Amino acid sequence: MTLAATAATATAPLAAAHTHGFLSPTGVEISFLLVGLVTFGAALVTVATKQLVHAALWLVVALGGIAVEYLLLTAEFIAWVQVLIYVGSVVVLLLFGLMLTKAPIGRSPDADSGNRWAALTVAVAAAAALVWVVVDAFRATWTDLDGPAAGSTAVTGASLFQNWVLPFEALSVLLLAALVGAIVLSRKSKAESSSPPVNSRPATGSSPSVPDSRNHTIGRKGAVEGNGPAAPNNPTEQEGAR
Amino acid sequence: MNDALDVALRLLIVFVVFLTFPLIVGQTEHKVMAHMQGRLGPMYAGGFHGWAQLVADGVKFAQKEDIVPAGADRRIFQLAPAVALLPYLLVLLAIPIGPGEGAVGQVLDAGIFFVLAVMGVGVLGSLMAGWASANKFSLLGGLRTAAQLLAYELPMLLTAASVAMAAGTVSLPGILDAFHWWWLPWQIVGAIVFFVAGLAELQRPPFDMPVADSEIIFGAYTEYTGLRFALFLLAEYAGIVVLCGLTTVLFLGGWHGPWGADGLGWVWTLLKTALLAFVVIWLRVTYPRLREDQLQKLSWTLLVPLSLAQIALTGIVKVVFLQ
Repeated sequence: MTLAATAATATAPLAAAHTHGFLSPTGVEISFLLVGLVTFGAALVTVATKQLVHAALWLVVALGGIAVEYLLLTAEFIAWVQVLIYVGSVVVLLLFGLMLTKAPIGRSPDADSGNRWAALTVAVAAAAALVWVVVDAFRATWTDLDGPAAGSTAVTGASLFQNWVLPFEALSVLLLAALVGAIVLSRKSKAESSSPPVNSRPATGSSPSVPDSRNHTIGRKGAVEGNGPAAPNNPTEQEGAR
Repeated sequence: MNDALDVALRLLIVFVVFLTFPLIVGQTEHKVMAHMQGRLGPMYAGGFHGWAQLVADGVKFAQKEDIVPAGADRRIFQLAPAVALLPYLLVLLAIPIGPGEGAVGQVLDAGIFFVLAVMGVGVLGSLMAGWASANKFSLLGGLRTAAQLLAYELPMLLTAASVAMAAGTVSLPGILDAFHWWWLPWQIVGAIVFFVAGLAELQRPPFDMPVADSEIIFGAYTEYTGLRFALFLLAEYAGIVVLCGLTTVLFLGGWHGPWGADGLGWVWTLLKTALLAFVVIWLRVTYPRLREDQLQKLSWTLLVPLSLAQIALTGIVKVVFLQ
């Protein structure tokens, strides 16, 4: 999906630049293209690399590249939100999950998917559809990069809470439902696995009374079982004997 | 040409601040800790009051061999200190030190978002270091770092949002322009939550579980030596400067002061920042380390509700009394 999205961002302005004046691209357009290429490359490596954590880190480059593209289009607010949410939180969560489960250094041979051709087909189709839709929808729309910022916080906020307030609220309700669902799921699993108390082992530390307490244990054992030495599988005693 | 010169001068000043202020905080920490704990070591080097201790530290770090463990992921291991350090340099660009356009590295429209977003990126450096070291203690430290960031990013954002609501803008100079003295009691809960969450994000004591030296050696930085290790330390102190500067700007009124706001505004900013930095050091000397579950509990059951309450209070006051 990232691949497709970045492909769209990388190629859409290319078409726009052609109609705009092929021989006199501005500096912003050139840097937009270059950053787009870097983003595209990083997204490709993200998908193609066999080192899991490297993939996550290349994803940082790709997402950061998209943030730079937003900046070049004067959408400052969206750019910083992109960095805050995706680079700062989503990738950290991703790395957290990777490190908790499986993050070997070096190549993971089983990281390769058997259906890479199907995946490639889907990716190319999705990219083509996105590029076509974006180019077709915004063919006649131009962002004036020299004028006042079209994506400043004030402008974004006004359009979000005046024109798009219904989708915004619907999305927030959706997120709230996800939040409640996560809490319900975690509480349920906690109730099912009623874990035994963690610190049930008596504290036989390195205090001078260790031999003393061991003697007591043996004595008590002997008194209860009545046949000589204590049972060898008593964890408390092994701890004390060490 | 004049514009280019202006930009270059600003960048240079920010860079110099970035290089000197963290060292000043580090030196202060040596001295304050030495006084508070009755230590003799940091008071010895160089004669008078141990003034050369920091220089000695620097020489020591520069002399050490730069080692990359055999099993490590070389490139990421070497890249990690830069990823940890550079975000703080970028954040310094956006912090206004005095009134007007001249006293900030770069006026940003969405300053709060920029600052918080870029600060969050710095944690990636610790994560990369923890993973690439090929050391289980490092990996544990990296995991704890990530867990801590995820827990404390939310209250930090919420309290910053509260200030943005109060000021009606997310630009840092704009917030300072809108500041009145009674914001201080109004936003005091948010200020404390922001400061505590920032401390946790910097992994400063008492939130230094990710680098708990008595159980996981030095967390994600265990395998680092020499200058790369020094860069991580520098990132920590730059983080203190940034956090204290941000708390000053967002909650303590920045360059506002009882008098002399016009010419001497920057003195107020520096004074407040220095005072907060002292508090950071003081906390390190005073409090024992929080356990990992206590860390998470503090954030989710205390700081997040408090910051939500602060947002509610801000909204009520804003709607009822100010409009």
